[in-house]
Amino acid sequence: MLTIKDLHATVGGKEILKGIDLEVKSGEVHAIMGPNGSGKSTLAYVLAGREGYEVTRGSVIYKGKDLLAMSPEERACAGVFLAFQYPVEIPGVNNTYFLKAALNAIRRCRGQEELDAMDFMHIAREKMKLVHMKDSLLKRAVNEGFSGGEKKRNEIFQMAVLEPSLGILDETDSGLDIDALKTVAEGVNALRGPQRSFLVVTHYQRLLDYIVPDFVYVLSDGRIVKSGDRGLALELEKEGYGWVEEAVGT
Amino acid sequence: MSAVVAGTDDPYVQQFAELSGRLPGSAVPWLHRRREEALDQFSRLGFPTTRDEDWKYTNVRPIIKRPFELASECCVGLVEDDLGDDLLPELEAHRLVFVNGRLAPQLSRLGDLPEGVSLDGLARLLDSEPESVETYLGRLAKPSAYGFAALNLAYMTDGAVLRVGKGVAMEHPIHLLYVATPQAAYMGYHLRNLVIAEEGSRAQVIEHYVTLGEAVCLNNVVTEVAVGASATVAHYKLQQESEKTYHVATLEVQQVEASRFDSYSVSMGGALTRNDINASLDAEGAHCELIGLYVAGGRQHVDYHTRVHHLRPEGTSREFYRGVLSGRGRGVFNGQVYVHPGAQKTDATQSNNNLLLSPDAEVDTKPQLEIYADDVSCSHGATVGQLDPEMLFYLRSRGIPEPMARGMLTYGFARDLVERIGIAPIRHRIEVELTRRLPNADVIEVE
Repeated sequence: MLTIKDLHATVGGKEILKGIDLEVKSGEVHAIMGPNGSGKSTLAYVLAGREGYEVTRGSVIYKGKDLLAMSPEERACAGVFLAFQYPVEIPGVNNTYFLKAALNAIRRCRGQEELDAMDFMHIAREKMKLVHMKDSLLKRAVNEGFSGGEKKRNEIFQMAVLEPSLGILDETDSGLDIDALKTVAEGVNALRGPQRSFLVVTHYQRLLDYIVPDFVYVLSDGRIVKSGDRGLALELEKEGYGWVEEAVGT
Repeated sequence: MSAVVAGTDDPYVQQFAELSGRLPGSAVPWLHRRREEALDQFSRLGFPTTRDEDWKYTNVRPIIKRPFELASECCVGLVEDDLGDDLLPELEAHRLVFVNGRLAPQLSRLGDLPEGVSLDGLARLLDSEPESVETYLGRLAKPSAYGFAALNLAYMTDGAVLRVGKGVAMEHPIHLLYVATPQAAYMGYHLRNLVIAEEGSRAQVIEHYVTLGEAVCLNNVVTEVAVGASATVAHYKLQQESEKTYHVATLEVQQVEASRFDSYSVSMGGALTRNDINASLDAEGAHCELIGLYVAGGRQHVDYHTRVHHLRPEGTSREFYRGVLSGRGRGVFNGQVYVHPGAQKTDATQSNNNLLLSPDAEVDTKPQLEIYADDVSCSHGATVGQLDPEMLFYLRSRGIPEPMARGMLTYGFARDLVERIGIAPIRHRIEVELTRRLPNADVIEVE
């Protein structure tokens, strides 16, 4: 589904990603771990197409297409979804209206018929249950005045409605208490399936207790310095990132 | 022609003798005197120029270039169907419709006015019972303020006069619809409204300006509002005239103790629009809230000048203004707050946020506080910015195409302010109009 080769990227002229190689197949969950500043979030943004993140070398092939040549909205239409670490508040734009517009835009590219308000609400109500989101949040402006936990739930809720093929979770666990973390993780697990893959970017391993990955990578200074299975995450929990960095001599 | 002083050779001054006999109440001596005095003021003041600090950014040359003829033809056979959504069919209201500066009774629907409330056309009152308006007319909005107000008082043809008696809380708003349907180019309308809310009363008044047709015209409006003790008046103004209209308006508000005045003003039409909103809080514990939205694209120019005078202690005022400028559109906001000596415990805030959507759009924003008391709390803030790239990316990352994302954010910026408007049909009318006028917003479905 996703093949990343020798990916280099700069932000504001500074090289952050220094050659990433990664292969994600349908249905797999890959966890990307690493200390602050290692380039985890940069990788997430580069894949979603954020402006200001310049790819200087390498390639990203997604479902056989050059992902880097696509605009953010084209990527979304092709099934890429980024759950933001810091979801932005958008005053004046109603949450329901926004999500309905997004779903219909994606349905248009997929050649599906657009949904009317009633059909949309039917789907929305169903998906809200996944993350135990309050009905009232639908009526508010996008993320405006939401608590940290509500914002993260809203991200997973959007993902559930938009049904992407590749979900990228950028530090979805940050700022969540253990109950909210469990709820969000259960929401993600409910979306797992043979046709859907996930890249889970996280600093801490505790999220991986709930979203169990197939592969774990450690990113350090823009490179993948270690890879393994779930056991690697547990080791990191015990030893800290210093252990990896020492081991690879960075 | 020098615009500094109109002088006696000014066409408006010269025509007066000939036209004054046709103006309402021409046989009423005090009124004729007031008109003459106002004309005299006008001939001394003339039209403002950009050398005048209050008109620095708004050049009224296009209005001065040639005189606008006093419109005399009223209703030109208009029927309700011609007005469509502008009648706000969803709104239960007492409605007066004015066409080309004069009351059109056949389009008006007064409905059942509560006891103690009178609502009438100014022209009719000036001819039948002029004494009923003598105390206030031209006394709140002083003709000495500047040329347009003086010209209005000299030439006023009609408008609404609302009096809400002591303790009467009106359930339904008053909808005043002003239709300009100029039959020729360079027609001028001088409308004057008067609202008197007596002690403890409550009223909501909507001034709504629309144009049918595309001829160049001038709308020179003055509205005077007296808010009695513990009375509440909410004033809504919706300006959606054609882009060939010049619209100059003064809203003059006098407040006494524990009164409340709310102004919601939305300007989207007009080639050049100037709104002066002046509130005098002349007794303890008065509260006023001024909320406004201006939208200018193409070559439109829109200017809001607000002046809040805190004259007595414990008054509060709040101002929230937003502007969206695109194309070569130009916005001006000048918010003046005066805290006069002795007006202790005044609490005044002001904010003005602007969205510039094109490199040629422009806004001049100037908050201005003058404080002559020492125990007060006053603050102001102004911002000018573009659409937030983070918000844009967020929407696009969900599949929303960029133009639509821009439209949604622009609309959201405006709507965030419009949400403060409590009367749903008005809010809806504004939202629909916003989707027509804001760049990229035509794809927005109004809920």
